[in-house]
Amino acid sequence: MRQLKFKPKSRIREFVGEKLISVNAYAALIVTLLIFIFVFKEAIPIFTDSIIQEEAAPDKMVFKQQFYEGREAKWSWQPTSDVPKYSLMPLFIGTLKAAIIAMLFAVPLGVGAAIYSSEFAPKRLREIIKPAIEMLAAIPSVVLGFFALMILATFLQNVLGLTFRLNALNAGIALGLAVIPIVFTIAEDAMTSVPRALRDAATALGANTWQVSLTTVLPAAIPGIAAGIVLGFGRAVGETMIVLMASGNAAIVSASFLDSVRTFSATIAAELAEVVFGGTHYTVLFFIGSLLFVFTFLINLTGDFFLVRLKEKMQGRTT
Amino acid sequence: MYNEMSDLSVRVAKTDISSDAAEKLQYKIIVEQLDFFYGDIQALFDISMNIEQNRVTALIGPSGCGKSTFIRTLNRMNETIPGTRMEGKVLLDGCDIYQDFDDPSQIRTRVGMVFQKSNPFPKSVFENVAYGLRVNGIKDRNLIAEVVEESLKRAALWDEVKDKLDNSAFTFSGGQQQRLCIARALAIRPEVILMDEPASALDPISTAKIEDLIGELRQHYTIVIVTHNMQQAARVSDHTAFFYEGKLIEDGPTKEIFTRPKKKKTEDYITGRFG
Ligand SMILES: Nc1ncnc2c1ncn2[C@@H]1O[C@H](COP(=O)(O)OP(=O)(O)OP(=O)(O)O)[C@@H](O)[C@H]1O
Ligand SMILES: [Mg+2]
Repeated sequence: MRQLKFKPKSRIREFVGEKLISVNAYAALIVTLLIFIFVFKEAIPIFTDSIIQEEAAPDKMVFKQQFYEGREAKWSWQPTSDVPKYSLMPLFIGTLKAAIIAMLFAVPLGVGAAIYSSEFAPKRLREIIKPAIEMLAAIPSVVLGFFALMILATFLQNVLGLTFRLNALNAGIALGLAVIPIVFTIAEDAMTSVPRALRDAATALGANTWQVSLTTVLPAAIPGIAAGIVLGFGRAVGETMIVLMASGNAAIVSASFLDSVRTFSATIAAELAEVVFGGTHYTVLFFIGSLLFVFTFLINLTGDFFLVRLKEKMQGRTT
Repeated sequence: MYNEMSDLSVRVAKTDISSDAAEKLQYKIIVEQLDFFYGDIQALFDISMNIEQNRVTALIGPSGCGKSTFIRTLNRMNETIPGTRMEGKVLLDGCDIYQDFDDPSQIRTRVGMVFQKSNPFPKSVFENVAYGLRVNGIKDRNLIAEVVEESLKRAALWDEVKDKLDNSAFTFSGGQQQRLCIARALAIRPEVILMDEPASALDPISTAKIEDLIGELRQHYTIVIVTHNMQQAARVSDHTAFFYEGKLIEDGPTKEIFTRPKKKKTEDYITGRFG
């Protein structure tokens, strides 16, 4: 019988290969960290520089301010007026309004489509629905913004009889189009990953298709659906181009969803190119950037947490 | 005893019983000329077989011979697989389960099933057992609690879980989980219980517990069990059916099949010459 000669594995090649791969991972991590440090560094004077604090101390950005003698105190974002005003509240409200509309629009549609696709659609149809919705994510946001600016705004104006074309509703719906594929994909994956054995168990106990979906698949997939919603919200808050084009960009404090809004992200995009380097306005914009950064970080962390929960649940380690 | 349930079975049993079938009522299930197809591939060929009431019927045969396919035609579980087709009849108490019921879930409340791999829901022990009651419209909390206890007792699990009803089903051992799945199947008071290799993933002690349990349950239920384990078939069953390549080669009282099989194929299989 012929001998089998096994070749010893090269330790060095293994070592080099491993290092090359890990360099890539570390590079991504380091770049992220550097951006984080840079953005934060530029925002620090808010807390340390007394001249900047005169106009834009943290409390001044949060609470109503009396900007003119004898007038009532209010929230106002007018960084280039004679008396610069740096309230973040109008931007916060604007961001929230656009994001809320986006979520109200995208969550029912995204989750609904996910339920339909994973539970009820015939296989053929599912193979069309899934890529079609995921294609939405591939549309550049400037195209969605353009669509909202030219077509959706006119449509909404005619249907609702509005004075102003660009408003929170318009921006929110366009944002929703960007959020739908995120919610859909994650929720759908969660539902289709529910083991067949669980469906079989429910079916064998006399549950019909609806009951199997609603009482077995959906509860098991809840963490995944939550992850989709959370990450979708992150996108709605962070997305810039769509709101810049479709919202009208007026920093108005109101409860109406038919007023124009100005969001955090659109404010940075619109104003950063024209500020004095190192000035108050510049610093405040970086402060806003830091807020967005931290927010997105927390959102992703939460999303990941839910996805880990989902995995544990599917493998049966927790209730 | 509990109206919700007996009502259902009375209504179901009344649906027309053909006179020919009525004669055969001593059999719980009668299978007539059953063919089954996965797409174009035929998995079962012309199976006719009678399953006796309050007996344990074992299905044996080499891997891929169609035991699981056959057992799943008895509660219409195969319908959940797209692209499958069936010909022939399955009669439960003389009623054709494919023709006389619009809703397959009605059949499944009368013919329960336990799977090879235990598959508890990611819920508490209590909710696992209560699930079948809830989806079938039973809301009375006291009744549910009563049936859950009764089912866990019948599955010989009550003493081990009675203080832990709210714990996740996953916190229990594989054997306990499988008995929980049996309790869950018992809770809807089926008349027939189908078990597809219920102990194949379990250790010897857990397996012995399941076998003892089957011995107890046969007083109240008609049981059909798939097993790869010849000794197990010999130990637990009254009647044995040998399948080979999608065909029923022979069936009869377990003692006879194991001591005096009529067909050469059967003899080869049970003596371990192939399979
Ligand atoms: N979902 C399916 N789609 C297509 N073919 C299938 C499917 N399930 C089973 N089959 C085929 O049908 C035949 C019978 O399979 P079945 O699972 O009933 O065998 P079995 O006797 O239960 O085998 P085992 O002892 O391994 O569980 C096999 O040839 C198998 O490949
Ligand atoms: Mg099988």
